[in-house]
Amino acid sequence: MPFNFRCRVEKQTSLRHFVRFMGPGLLQATVVIATLGLFTLAAPAAWGAPFRVGLVFDKGGKDDKSFNSAANLGANRAVKELGVQLKSVEANDTAASEPHLRNFARAKFDLIVAVGFSQADAMKKVAPQFAGQNFALVDAEVDSKNVRSLLFQEHEGSFLVGAIAGLTTKTNKVGFIGGMDIPLIRRFQMGYEAGVKHVNPKAQVVSNYVGVTGEAWNNPPKGKELAVAQYGGGADIIFGAAGATNMGLLDAAEEKKKFAIGVDSNQNGLKPGYVLTSMLKRVDVAVFDTIKSAKEGKFKGGVVRFGLADEGIDFAMDEHNKSLVTPAVLARAKALKSDIIAGKVKVPDFYERGARK
Amino acid sequence: MTAFLRSLLAVVVGLALGLAFTGFAGENPLNVGRILFLSAFGSQYDVGMTLAAATPLVFTGLSVSLAFQAGLFNIGAEGQLAVGALAATLFALAFPSLPWPLAPLGAACAGFAGGAFWGFVPGWLLAKRGSHEVISTIMLNFIAAGVASYVVLYHVANPETSNPETRYVAESYRLSPLSAFPDTPASVAVFLALAAIPLVWVFLSKTPTGFDLRTLGASEAAALQSGARPARAKILALTLAGGLAGLVAVPEILGSAHRFRLGFSPDYGFMGIAVALLGRGHPLAVLPSALLFGALQKGTADLDFQTERVSRDIAAIIQAFVIAAVAADVLVDRVGIWGRTVLGKVFRSSSPDVDGTVKKGAA
Repeated sequence: MPFNFRCRVEKQTSLRHFVRFMGPGLLQATVVIATLGLFTLAAPAAWGAPFRVGLVFDKGGKDDKSFNSAANLGANRAVKELGVQLKSVEANDTAASEPHLRNFARAKFDLIVAVGFSQADAMKKVAPQFAGQNFALVDAEVDSKNVRSLLFQEHEGSFLVGAIAGLTTKTNKVGFIGGMDIPLIRRFQMGYEAGVKHVNPKAQVVSNYVGVTGEAWNNPPKGKELAVAQYGGGADIIFGAAGATNMGLLDAAEEKKKFAIGVDSNQNGLKPGYVLTSMLKRVDVAVFDTIKSAKEGKFKGGVVRFGLADEGIDFAMDEHNKSLVTPAVLARAKALKSDIIAGKVKVPDFYERGARK
Repeated sequence: MTAFLRSLLAVVVGLALGLAFTGFAGENPLNVGRILFLSAFGSQYDVGMTLAAATPLVFTGLSVSLAFQAGLFNIGAEGQLAVGALAATLFALAFPSLPWPLAPLGAACAGFAGGAFWGFVPGWLLAKRGSHEVISTIMLNFIAAGVASYVVLYHVANPETSNPETRYVAESYRLSPLSAFPDTPASVAVFLALAAIPLVWVFLSKTPTGFDLRTLGASEAAALQSGARPARAKILALTLAGGLAGLVAVPEILGSAHRFRLGFSPDYGFMGIAVALLGRGHPLAVLPSALLFGALQKGTADLDFQTERVSRDIAAIIQAFVIAAVAADVLVDRVGIWGRTVLGKVFRSSSPDVDGTVKKGAA
């Protein structure tokens, strides 16, 4: 039969006959060859190539409705508006990030974005080996020509939501729940405390951390436990900077009829009426901008900082919390925002307190 | 031979079920199977990653197998490897200026000793106090995780990063990577794993002490009659099992990461149970078995990247199906034909043995 097949093709006889007998086999062969081609991963580059973006989430996972979700949002916006192709994976353990980044790099993705400081080591190793490709890293700095480090002025935003909490609290006691106990989250805490005290020197701030490992980003039960304890201790507003663990805090707020303050993404709508506001860390904007500049061929490595001035950091006002934040409080918060931008109010930064970065 | 065929069948059935499951996620199971294979063996890089995943599994697989042979169920390999890795790291940080051959050797011994200590404790509790090793080894896993967190974060933390990890070990402690597999964590530790397999086999089958352990595994009464001291044999078995698990420090700390990272093990200790079950407790069977699970580990890790719809959770389900099938096959041996007091049997006999026929209670 195979012999027959070759002969017929060469003689260009009876195409229909050929298809009828060889069609299924040929189809299979094509599928096999096509799939194999896909796995060698040489093929996509040869297709005249859509711009391909690889995204590696950290332990919180793509659906943490907070930090990682913000990155996902930005990347998906790029898919819609810029027509890039997106592939995302989650790094589920400490060692998983490096192989993921390497997989993307080996597959010749045009831009590879790693979300979260925990991927810095992997990035440091992989990026220099693939000098022709571009990388971006959220929340940590890696010094390599082809890496753009996306950093945020978290303390400024934390200051503003702290001020809103300090002006809104009735018990003069507010809480803070951090995810993993690391300098980055201490920076949130310090800014928040300063904001509370700035507007309400009598107010007291209680703080707790969920844990000391990456698990802390993804532990809603513990988040809820801490929140219930803080509410029980008299706090009536709690700011959570804990990734997916924040879901536990929001649950507790609803159950105890108190306020929570969301983080990174706009979490106001997750428990409407119980989320006073959210500190926005516009990872989505940072990721989108990075993809955009890379696609337009304007990618540059180095550190890019996002703060209040460029709205990379902000607090969320929408229909869910319009009635929760009084006009006076809102006006004060907005005034503080412009004061910080103008340099009239200085927000203490944990990173500059001789602490490690 | 039938044992081999049955193990093979168990793997095939488990893999088939797991892959069929991806059909629910909207993927073509055959295609996922092909990706799985190519991700594990498709290129030199992939083979290196598979080897790197299989190496720790050899140690934990040997650990669980050795305990099986003595009729004991070591579920504590996860904790033992953590303590072993921690001990090796601490040794390296304590003596940073040790020269090359001594340095890794000393750290490896520290790793073995750390794991051995973590195995000795449940062994002693079992022999002297009658605490069931299944319970005590599980509990010690949690204690090990707690101890590791405490030591890593409060005593030897790396000040240069926010990641929960220790400082780096000195250059002289680092094993050379395998040049055939660049950019992978595969190191010369692979050869230690290869050497450990026949060593454990020789120990169990050719030495008087090994004979005592196996007699204990077959029947405690017979062990008493033969002159072996069961208490001593139990302690020894779990201590050695712990030591073998502690050797995971060699590939993981000295071979690749060069520091102790909290949560570095993607459950190598628990996968070691599956490795040992698949090999029915035979030390030599650990080699193919560890390779298989290493390949599965590497292959499933890539599914998220290589397919549209298989997420990391579904990848974990595929692994779980294989493990469940392997465990079920061993259970079939132990339970015998249709449901004779299934639960009683399962709980009484915690130790599958080499030929899978002897039925006896472990503790």
